[in-house]
Amino acid sequence: MEQPHRTAAPVQGAEPMVSFRNVTKSYAAGHPAVDNLSLDLDRGAITVFVGPSGCGKTTSLRMINRMVEPSSGTVLVDGKDIAGQAPAALRRSMGYVLQSAGLLPHRTVLDNIGTVPRLNGVSRRQARTRARELLDVVGLPASLATRYPSQLSGGQQQRVGVARALAADPPILLMDEPFSAVDPVVRAELQQELLRLQQELAKTIVFVTHDIDEATLIGDKVAVFATGGRLAQFAPPEELLRAPVDDFVAGFVGRDRGFRSLSFRPADALPLHSAATATLGSLADAPAAGWLLVIDDGGAPVGWLPPGERSTAGLLVGGSLFRLGSTLRLALDAALSSPSGRGVAVDDAGRVAGLVDAEDVLKRLETGRAG
Amino acid sequence: MEWFLANLGFVLDLTWLHLVQSVLPLLFGLLLSLPLGYTAWRLRPIRTAVLSVSSMLYTIPSLALFVLLPFVLGTSILDPMNLVAALTIYAVALLVRSVVDALESIDDGVRQAAVAMGYRPFRRFFAVDLPLAVPVLFAGLRVVSVSNISLASVGALIGVRNLGTLFTDGLLRFFLTEIVVGIVLTLLLAVLMDLLLVAAEQLLTPWHRAGGKRHVAGTDQGRQTRASAGERPDPAEAAVLP
Repeated sequence: MEQPHRTAAPVQGAEPMVSFRNVTKSYAAGHPAVDNLSLDLDRGAITVFVGPSGCGKTTSLRMINRMVEPSSGTVLVDGKDIAGQAPAALRRSMGYVLQSAGLLPHRTVLDNIGTVPRLNGVSRRQARTRARELLDVVGLPASLATRYPSQLSGGQQQRVGVARALAADPPILLMDEPFSAVDPVVRAELQQELLRLQQELAKTIVFVTHDIDEATLIGDKVAVFATGGRLAQFAPPEELLRAPVDDFVAGFVGRDRGFRSLSFRPADALPLHSAATATLGSLADAPAAGWLLVIDDGGAPVGWLPPGERSTAGLLVGGSLFRLGSTLRLALDAALSSPSGRGVAVDDAGRVAGLVDAEDVLKRLETGRAG
Repeated sequence: MEWFLANLGFVLDLTWLHLVQSVLPLLFGLLLSLPLGYTAWRLRPIRTAVLSVSSMLYTIPSLALFVLLPFVLGTSILDPMNLVAALTIYAVALLVRSVVDALESIDDGVRQAAVAMGYRPFRRFFAVDLPLAVPVLFAGLRVVSVSNISLASVGALIGVRNLGTLFTDGLLRFFLTEIVVGIVLTLLLAVLMDLLLVAAEQLLTPWHRAGGKRHVAGTDQGRQTRASAGERPDPAEAAVLP
């Protein structure tokens, strides 16, 4: 699943929510885990820490809630140095989501979600009421309320993990590889869900992942960490793909970064070609020459018929659809995956709006570069 | 059987004494082992030392301990508390290791999550560590319960009244029935205590049994049911469910 990239909505000019100032973390021997990190995280935005294993991204995340103490330097949250704050209270003021969800196996879904409110002294009843609301927010049915974590699927557990992190309505969410233990289909779902939630909640989210695709999809800004705990680049995803600062970042974002950067380019002003269409009932009346796009009575595409073939037996289905208003990447993909060589563009109601051509996408890139 | 019925009051009295003398050490042993085991678990450097010393306690011959304790504790030689104290020592010897193993058995991710949510250590121990330690801890408690019930009989040799009295008495009088009654009742007591402990464990770990059943989103009836209680789902399998 792909979405047009959201423009980041951090509060411009406001004080950063979290700041690292020359933060270094070294363990007894060897190289530092985090090397002189200075970084400002925007309020209300998703910042992704990405990098290979051992690059210090999780260590950096854990320095925000004092699960790891920096060897030198300071971490500021909301402008205040956290070194002087009580760790437990600091942690309760931030939501935390872990890789394996980290749910308490001996507590029901509701009581897991209500953990932090309970720690803050809220009554059990109130905590459960709040937990029920949150089940709905993260898209889980109320029937799961009294289940134990082991009775849930991996994806459901992760959703409960997110609900638990949101329970005390903290301004900051720390997410440590939250979706890496679930299968790709569920992961894509959870990613979209997080983006949807974020549009409503506008939390300051710090998200750790080793998956660059996830980073560029989720992040308003992405911090790429290199081995040895060095911050290699901190930029919006589009810039990361277009202009990696060095070979490490270029290598890490991958060889197909040119293609993936199309995800960040809106496909407006892409020419639409008219399509020869016919409904299933009127195939006999359709012209025999050229490719024919078969539609249903509502105008939604059903499949293609090759030139000369006018019986439903020859119907070729498949090919991705390009929804008007989405990205160049989807337009190109629709064109490349279509049996006829031209991608089907559909409007918001799913009706055929025209056809897109791969060459037009490439031309659009040329003009983009010139302009 | 005739003898048993004729002496029912006497035998039941001994059974009750036997039960008290073996359950009290179980409770005391648990109360002592929890802080000891927790400390040993938290402080790795002293763990090996604590575990070795506690194992060594178990190697002290029981009769020697029964005879020595009155001098150490200053109790009278016939005081049943000598027996209780001795059995407590054996309980601690076994349970310290159980507590360490039980705490060790908790998934580190769960503990980290508890820390990350803002639990302080004390509250975390009672709210997270202890409940999750129950299954492994109870395995230890069941062993100690059985071992206490059988060891308690030895107390009869130093004059403590319990089911062991039937053995010493029967031996003196060459009266086999009395010995058999003693054996059967000791066995029954051990089985009964074990059943009680199993029931208590089930009561304390509803989540552990629930782990056997898995439900699919949106349906109230679980489609898969696992027969054995307490079996956890394979994480890899759980992950591919929609």
